[in-house]
Amino acid sequence: MVKFLIPLVLFIIMAIFLAMGLHLNPSEIPSPLLNKQAPAFTAPKLLAPTETLSPTDLKGKVWLFNVWASWCVSCRAEHSVLNHLAQQPNIMLVGLNYKDNPDDARGWLTALGNPYAVSITDQEGRVGLDWGVYGVPETFVIDKKGVIRHKHTGPVTVQDVEHVLQPLVAQLQAEAE
Amino acid sequence: MKGLIFLVLLWSHAAYAIDAKQFTDQKQQVAYESLTSELRCLVCQNQTIADSNAELAADLRRQVYEMLQQGQTPEEIIAFMTARYGDFVLYKPPFKIKTSVLWLGPLVFLSIGLLMVFWLIRTMAQKKVDAVQEQGQQEKLAKIRRLLNEEEERF
Repeated sequence: MVKFLIPLVLFIIMAIFLAMGLHLNPSEIPSPLLNKQAPAFTAPKLLAPTETLSPTDLKGKVWLFNVWASWCVSCRAEHSVLNHLAQQPNIMLVGLNYKDNPDDARGWLTALGNPYAVSITDQEGRVGLDWGVYGVPETFVIDKKGVIRHKHTGPVTVQDVEHVLQPLVAQLQAEAE
Repeated sequence: MKGLIFLVLLWSHAAYAIDAKQFTDQKQQVAYESLTSELRCLVCQNQTIADSNAELAADLRRQVYEMLQQGQTPEEIIAFMTARYGDFVLYKPPFKIKTSVLWLGPLVFLSIGLLMVFWLIRTMAQKKVDAVQEQGQQEKLAKIRRLLNEEEERF
């Protein structure tokens, strides 16, 4: 009896692993930066290139850091969602204009609307590298203490906003500084 | 002619990296080449940053190059990369509890295989011994019968 059960058990174990494999997304790489202090940078603002921004300027605020570029096709899909998100109370969107031509980037914001409280330029992708960015768009949520609490890879959808981002921001707003 | 074309193809692939970086220090050159072939390009996933044409790979190569120029060790560069991109950036994952299955799995499967081979050999050998003994027994019985028959005939 046992002799016949062994292949069956082996098959079931294998089937479970294969089924798990089917549901994994290999392009989703967990960020080691989660729950760590946001990497520092000092980068020029896109719309006011003489001024700079650094994460320490945003201490005490909950903010979303969205990586975008005018050459990025999925960013176009995401943009209307961001425009909508920016109108919600308590939401502060900071943009990282990644490896882009600043003129193209400014043109894009004029044409499609600007959801960002501020965008910074990262033409060489150095800030992106420090933040572990490997694709555009990506969105980070940073709490009042300057700690990265969430990372979203790929375009943000309306569902993500309603079920993940807004509840998380509300929760982080309630936390102490 | 075909052989020549083949040789040329082989040689061209091995001889040129995507963007060759120049080092004055031979040791740094070696470190650069080994590091870029150990780090994974995160966009393409199945290519090292030395092999990949992706922009991110170029950025990572530049980062490795600059860090080597600043005199940082390969260990420091690996630590820098894993702090930002996780263990996934390494083609050779470190040994941790989380990756133990990855490292020990093949050994476990190999031992199971070896055990099964030994077990099979032993049972097969045992069967053979049994068969030989059986045959021996039969022969002895036959001999006894023959002898008994001979005895009977004598009297």
